[in-house]
Amino acid sequence: MARTLTINGQMVSARDEDTILRAAQDAGIHIPVLCHLDGLSDVGACRFCLVEVAGSNRLLPACTTRIQEGMVVQTDTEQLRNYRRHLIELLFAERNHVCAVCVANGNCEMQSLAIQLGMTHSRYDYMFPSLGVDLSHERFGLDHNRCIMCTRCVRACDEIEGAHTLDVFGRGAKARIVTDLGMPWGESPTCTSCGKCVMACPTGALFKQGSTVAEMTRDRSKLNFLKTAREERKWIV
Amino acid sequence: MSKKLRLATVWLGGCSGCHMSFLDLDEWLFDLAAAVEVVYSPIADVKTFPNNVDVTLIEGAVANEEHVELVRTIRRNSRMVVSFGDCAVSGNVTAMRNPLDANSAEVVLDRAYKDAALLRPQVPHDNGIVPPLVARVMPVHALIPVDLFIPGCPPPAPRIRAVLQALIEGQTPEMIGAAMLKFG
Repeated sequence: MARTLTINGQMVSARDEDTILRAAQDAGIHIPVLCHLDGLSDVGACRFCLVEVAGSNRLLPACTTRIQEGMVVQTDTEQLRNYRRHLIELLFAERNHVCAVCVANGNCEMQSLAIQLGMTHSRYDYMFPSLGVDLSHERFGLDHNRCIMCTRCVRACDEIEGAHTLDVFGRGAKARIVTDLGMPWGESPTCTSCGKCVMACPTGALFKQGSTVAEMTRDRSKLNFLKTAREERKWIV
Repeated sequence: MSKKLRLATVWLGGCSGCHMSFLDLDEWLFDLAAAVEVVYSPIADVKTFPNNVDVTLIEGAVANEEHVELVRTIRRNSRMVVSFGDCAVSGNVTAMRNPLDANSAEVVLDRAYKDAALLRPQVPHDNGIVPPLVARVMPVHALIPVDLFIPGCPPPAPRIRAVLQALIEGQTPEMIGAAMLKFG
């Protein structure tokens, strides 16, 4: 059933089950996202898609909030732009993100989001945590220094490949991506080496072994292709 | 013609790549030379940081005690301080030693001179010659207020030109979009 809502003063028609993000995208309205990836479920982890909804005294993530009839949404206010700037600066300060020596330099969604949000520097003190790199898998690597805990890889592994090798261990700033029960990736009995996690990663945290600075490119549309093929029996290339 | 802009460029803990990119301005350097007076720079033979500087571009992160002293002098003597390139802006490659131990330089020196050495591993020491490392490499704005940030490793020459051109004309440079803001 169709519903009508207002986004940035524009009347938008959307399906009952749509999220604010989906309704906005269909109407050509841009909302910044980082943990969202077409083909995967949404978890509202990164908070970049927070929007203002009239009548709500808190901000709501557009990716996990269902539309309602008559909803009035603002996606690009001074307050939201300010919060998004703080969010991206916090992400850069939290772990060791060095674009200059990163495999994903030039193909990184976090890097391009920083540009989009107008980040010139981080106002937060850098944490410089001591983090490892798991190179035990013969084809792929996992660099925790570059991970932003968006959990796209976890969802790709679980929802598309069905292996659920990857998951999250620990809480808050100490949260990490783990393989199985925390064993080296190369020893995982559940990993099928399909590489869907690598395709899903927005930064340089997951990469193909042997790729050097700025060499890591990805075709993220493949995940959505697989999901549509499986669920709707449509092979849309 | 109005008074020339007094420009300084400084090289702290960085690879000099930002200054190399500055030199990539090629023939525009002639126009620049006509519009500014370079009062301090690694490519000018000036020993002490002067007074009354209009604009100072700082390349590199704050990595040793000499840098700490110098950035404070720069702030006192400059009308406008610009973090020039990723090391000055974020610490970047220079700060990659911090995760080894973000509270002490000793671990870093041991890693470089002892752990990795095959013959007679020892940390060189000769007081008063090489400035001691600070415990933690810092971006410039962690120590002093910074007025403008030019990201990039290095910032491409057209980005540097756009900033300098605006400053010479008394404008505030517009730091918007990938051409002006891309890190790395």
